[in-house]
Amino acid sequence: MLLDIQNLKIEARGDDGWTPILHGVNLQVGRGEVVGLIGESGAGKSTLGLAAMGYAAPGLRFAGGRVVFDGTDLLTLPDRRRAALRGRRIAYVAQSAAASFNPAWRLIEQFCEGPKIHRTASRADSETFARELYARMHLPGPDRFGLRFPHQVSGGQLQRAMVAMAMACRPDLIVFDEPTTALDVTTQIGVLAAIRQAVESFGTAAIYITHDLAVVAQMADRIKVMRHGREVEEAPTRQMMQSPREDYTRSLWAVREFRRPERALPVAGHPAIRIADVTAGYGSALVLRDVEFSLPKGATVAVVGESGSGKSTTARVITGLLPPVKGRVELNGQTLPAGLAGRTREQLRQVQMIYQMADTALNPRQTTRQILSRPLSFYTGLTGRARDERLEQLMDQIELEPKRFLDRLPGELSGGQKQRIGIARALAAGPEVIICDEVTSALDQLVAEGILRLLSRLQDEQGLTYMFITHDIATVRAIADEVVVMRQGQVMDRGARAEVLDPPRHPYTAELLASVPQPDPDWLTRRIAEGAA
Amino acid sequence: MSKSAPSHPLTRMILTRFAIGLFTLLVISILVFLAVSLLPGDIAQQILGQSATQETVAALRRDLGLDQPLITRYFDWIGGILSGDFGNSLANGRPVAELLAARLGNTMFLAAYAAVIAIPFAVVLGLLAALWRGTWFDRIANVVTLSAISFPEFFIAYILMFWLSVQMGWFPSIADPGVDPGLGQMLARAFLPALTLVLVVTAHMMRMTRAAVVNVLGAPYIAMARLKGVPRWRIVTRHALPNALAPVINVIALNVAWLITGVVIVEVVFVYPGLGQLMVDSVSNRDMPVVQACALIFAAVYILLNIIADVLAIATNPRLLHPR
Repeated sequence: MLLDIQNLKIEARGDDGWTPILHGVNLQVGRGEVVGLIGESGAGKSTLGLAAMGYAAPGLRFAGGRVVFDGTDLLTLPDRRRAALRGRRIAYVAQSAAASFNPAWRLIEQFCEGPKIHRTASRADSETFARELYARMHLPGPDRFGLRFPHQVSGGQLQRAMVAMAMACRPDLIVFDEPTTALDVTTQIGVLAAIRQAVESFGTAAIYITHDLAVVAQMADRIKVMRHGREVEEAPTRQMMQSPREDYTRSLWAVREFRRPERALPVAGHPAIRIADVTAGYGSALVLRDVEFSLPKGATVAVVGESGSGKSTTARVITGLLPPVKGRVELNGQTLPAGLAGRTREQLRQVQMIYQMADTALNPRQTTRQILSRPLSFYTGLTGRARDERLEQLMDQIELEPKRFLDRLPGELSGGQKQRIGIARALAAGPEVIICDEVTSALDQLVAEGILRLLSRLQDEQGLTYMFITHDIATVRAIADEVVVMRQGQVMDRGARAEVLDPPRHPYTAELLASVPQPDPDWLTRRIAEGAA
Repeated sequence: MSKSAPSHPLTRMILTRFAIGLFTLLVISILVFLAVSLLPGDIAQQILGQSATQETVAALRRDLGLDQPLITRYFDWIGGILSGDFGNSLANGRPVAELLAARLGNTMFLAAYAAVIAIPFAVVLGLLAALWRGTWFDRIANVVTLSAISFPEFFIAYILMFWLSVQMGWFPSIADPGVDPGLGQMLARAFLPALTLVLVVTAHMMRMTRAAVVNVLGAPYIAMARLKGVPRWRIVTRHALPNALAPVINVIALNVAWLITGVVIVEVVFVYPGLGQLMVDSVSNRDMPVVQACALIFAAVYILLNIIADVLAIATNPRLLHPR
């Protein structure tokens, strides 16, 4: 047994003393074995993964148990000897490579640092090894790739460079902490293939942490499901996928059951929003080219594409934050002034936005009441009793009890609750069109599904029009009436959901769909064989 | 890729900064000239004394060009400076440039002396305080440096003089290097004023170093370095410091500028013949050409050091130095 974690307890510092976040967890990893850890955010997966290196993040402490790596308990080792194992025998791959590479160092320097401080290889040897790994990971120009700084490399490439860096000292165990979560699906597949190939060819053992069931199914020999800092169940991958024992596991497997029935949309009249021939960009760099589509009244139009495809820029053009270079935006058949400043308050009121990161989109110093009162008084001029009544009505609409939640600060709300406040803020203006920018991407699946149900109900009740920006095909299938597929600032395909997706009409749509991991353990192998990665 | 002449955007930026700096200097020269011309009192009267007749005063005013309109006098003055002529002192008739040269050398020597000690001392202290933040070392370093900056300079100067010079007799209390001293002599004589200045400027630089480094220590790439097994001192110096340099450089530049331009009190206490003392003497003598020249030099020092700080801040940021 390479790693044997026994009855591990970890506590977090809170306002009143230490609260447990891991309640006695076991984890065994054999040599060359890949163990998947899966669970929602807050399940303690990352904490457990870091504990495998004898590391507790600032604000956490070990409160019991053993972390035995190759016969030594890491928790009782002196700091110096623990540091000597890290990077050399146990390595780590972080979720955000962009944040985890030092921005001031060239990639090759960061690769060679481990072998240098652990004295496992000469500088020349580790540079040669880096080039070999870069080549294996299909990084462009492997001989010169390492000379770049992190900001000069794309996200997918950076993530592969981080996998290569973890391999630098040829460790026995690598902890992968959500290494592909921040990537687009078409990028993810390449990184997954690179990880699997590297792990297999060096016989490295791995702990693979993710919240994506389909991803873990591709990577792991064995899967452990966690929730609230406890183990739910553990089994070999195929067995776990076919016959999960616990209800919680089954509920993870069964998410995405929500699907809106097909609806007949009223065809008459102008669309709520029409984007006509829009070209826009930042400075001289054009991000959108001749974009054209419309949002029929009362419909949900999903705009899908990878990062950089221009989805959010389109939203900025519609809201007037970014005046287009060419083309125009129509609201109910009337051309809107290009910039925010030219629009009337009534025009502004009609189009509202909900953002991906509710955390940063809500002022942390304002209570729910203040956050919602602002659009109420700005757009509707309500004051006093009338405003209070409207506030309570809004809270009822987003299914949060007014008495309990109106006077809370965003810091006192969960992620899903914060996103609901974001929705209420948009509703407060009484808009016709709401632009939802990746509103469920930062949420756990069950919470995300609750938000989708809420948005659908609100649409049925109030006849809202949604532009739903997402990169998640499952979300599109769940709620969209129409789909717009974007790539590199251009519209690839658009039309009714079934026309665009089932079967995929445009080759790019087909590629996008084929890149979405399936909960079938052989999916990645098949895709690699088909030459996708 | 970064290969294509990384100096290119930097050179352009340096050139624009210098152009802006020269323009600023021009504006400052106008302000200095106006401010000095607003000073009360009449230089001709001052030179000739109470007993001078109206006629002799008027004649001297004509000689000195004081009867000309303000604009003419300004252009005479600035034109002279541009051709390297700072004019003559009104007090003793010697060329201003000559007067300044000796004093400027002394001031630069003292500033460099203090800076060479203070900058490494403050940065290392700041790094150690960041490394051991929250420990007794951190607290003591904070308290001591803050106390040093809180006392007026003359107070520190007299304490040091009393202790190290009068009681111990280790260093001379009068810092005037005299005529043609050797380097060793100059270092020994200027030690006490330099030490005083070190104590005054250390706190600012040390606290900025500590704050900037602590700020960076929260970054994910620092956690990553720890997970690579990098020792803590190396994390602070190699991983955190390079990303914390910009604010530190700025504060260092401001303090060095102060070491050159703001040390008149220390110069007076230790009878050190620097530029600050010359300027104060000239103000009381109504020796306007010298005052104006000193002010202009001080302004130029500030502008130059700020340009250097900006350039270094960019040169240490690979995002700006090596664009995509």
